[in-house]
Amino acid sequence: MKRDTDFSKLALHSGEWLRGTGPESDIVISSRIRLARNLADFPFIRRCSDEDRVSIERTVRARMEAIEGWEDIRYVDIEQLSEIDRQFLVERQLISREIADAEGSRAVAIDPNEQYSVMVNEEDHLRIQVMHSGLDLKSAWDQINSLDDQLEGSILYAYNQKYGYLTACPTNVGTGLRVSVMLHLPALVITQQIEKVFRSMQRINVTVRGLYGEGSQYTGDFYQVSNQITLGHSEEDLVALVGENVVPRIIEYERKARDFLVNQGQKDLHDDVSRALGILSTAKKISSEETMHYLSKVRMGVNLGLISDVPVGTINKLFIDTQPAHLQKLHGRLLGSSDRNVERATYLQRHLSGSLGTGELN
Amino acid sequence: MKCQYCEKPATFHITELTEPNGPQVMHLCEEHARGFLQKDNASPAVSVAGALAKQLNLGQTKKELAELDRKECPVCGISFFEFRSTGRLGCPYDYTHFESDLEPLLINIHDSLEHTGKRPRRAAASADSQAIMIQLRREMEEAIEREDYERASEIRDELRKIENAGIEAGEDDAKSAAKKTKGDSKKSSGDRS
Repeated sequence: MKRDTDFSKLALHSGEWLRGTGPESDIVISSRIRLARNLADFPFIRRCSDEDRVSIERTVRARMEAIEGWEDIRYVDIEQLSEIDRQFLVERQLISREIADAEGSRAVAIDPNEQYSVMVNEEDHLRIQVMHSGLDLKSAWDQINSLDDQLEGSILYAYNQKYGYLTACPTNVGTGLRVSVMLHLPALVITQQIEKVFRSMQRINVTVRGLYGEGSQYTGDFYQVSNQITLGHSEEDLVALVGENVVPRIIEYERKARDFLVNQGQKDLHDDVSRALGILSTAKKISSEETMHYLSKVRMGVNLGLISDVPVGTINKLFIDTQPAHLQKLHGRLLGSSDRNVERATYLQRHLSGSLGTGELN
Repeated sequence: MKCQYCEKPATFHITELTEPNGPQVMHLCEEHARGFLQKDNASPAVSVAGALAKQLNLGQTKKELAELDRKECPVCGISFFEFRSTGRLGCPYDYTHFESDLEPLLINIHDSLEHTGKRPRRAAASADSQAIMIQLRREMEEAIEREDYERASEIRDELRKIENAGIEAGEDDAKSAAKKTKGDSKKSSGDRS
């Protein structure tokens, strides 16, 4: 394990989970699984003294350093990071906003492919997460289960036979497992079926969250589906609930809605995605919210074959790279909000120019 | 429109689609929206408050709840009121100390009281031994602070002893659990028999 706080190289490439491949990757952006774990001989974070936190961080770091095969893992002391670097890791989804904003001793171990990270001193002492591109929960579970086994080999977890893994919040107790699938559902939004689809799933113990921008017309079209319960079912059952029961149904609805849009209003749809690409490729300044809105349309256009020469991985990467901390890291200096809007537009142009005027109707 | 939690303009309009009473729209500024969206679930305080509200509807009187609020864990000192307001517990022993009070809550949240998933190969022998370990560690820190290194090293040895005893008990737990679930392939995930 290497201690490191220099992210300049990290900014130049993107994580495995953004490569835009994997099963159902036209609709499923990423599959994420996390496990919440606590050490048996410390209070939970809320009741930890500063010394306890330091002691937990040291204990966990020493145990991780001893794990065979973890030599290339980057270990980052979050307390030592600048605000911009913490924000950068949040945008990359390697740490949570909660741990970024917390105080005191805290850290994250990150694997070179950015497929997994282990947060130390988040809401629980350990938050292990694995993220894969597309709908790939089964192998994400195998990977995180093996990471958990490796850590458990040297760390005594807070656990009891009745309630399982004990967590700071009772909403995580038992397996400590949260499965989250990020979906891109623009056609269900355009056809105004999204609420109907999710309402039909209310009784299946999953949480669905959507992000709406300013007003109803600015939508990111991204939705996250997660398991709600963590106690009383095996990890495999919870993974199957989301990955085999819920998500495939939503995918099916989205595909039907896309087919409907293509068949019913092909010219309108093509016009819509082409305009979005036009704005992203030519604007001289653009906000983060507007970028998300238009990138969402372009992503759908790419997946429907209406835009042919922009790889979906590029679009996925642009979603992350155009966020504030990434832009500033890539630019190499701090930028105010208005300068960021200009830099964002320049960055988008650089990656999308040459894409205009192509993409015939199929 | 202003953010629901501060004076800044609301630029994010988030719709929770799985609320029991239908979709619920939230209007938040960028900062609060980010905090809200990056949590795995609705905030713990909200989930816990919701489950407790159901409990109150199911017959618990306000007087009973006020009494419960004053109850404190002997290991970490957290009161039930503090847990109820923040949604977070103070130590592993809370699950034992507040067991009867937490059970209706766990049923509301998970519809279950029994863990059937993965079991660690090593575990503390009992809830009491976890509580003792937390207390001993605190005593050790105090001993180090007053530079009583002899006492600190005695406590360290004691901690190791409990930890090692726990490992064996954990293995016993895992074995008995494996026996209990033998033949049930769905539950075999983490049972290492």
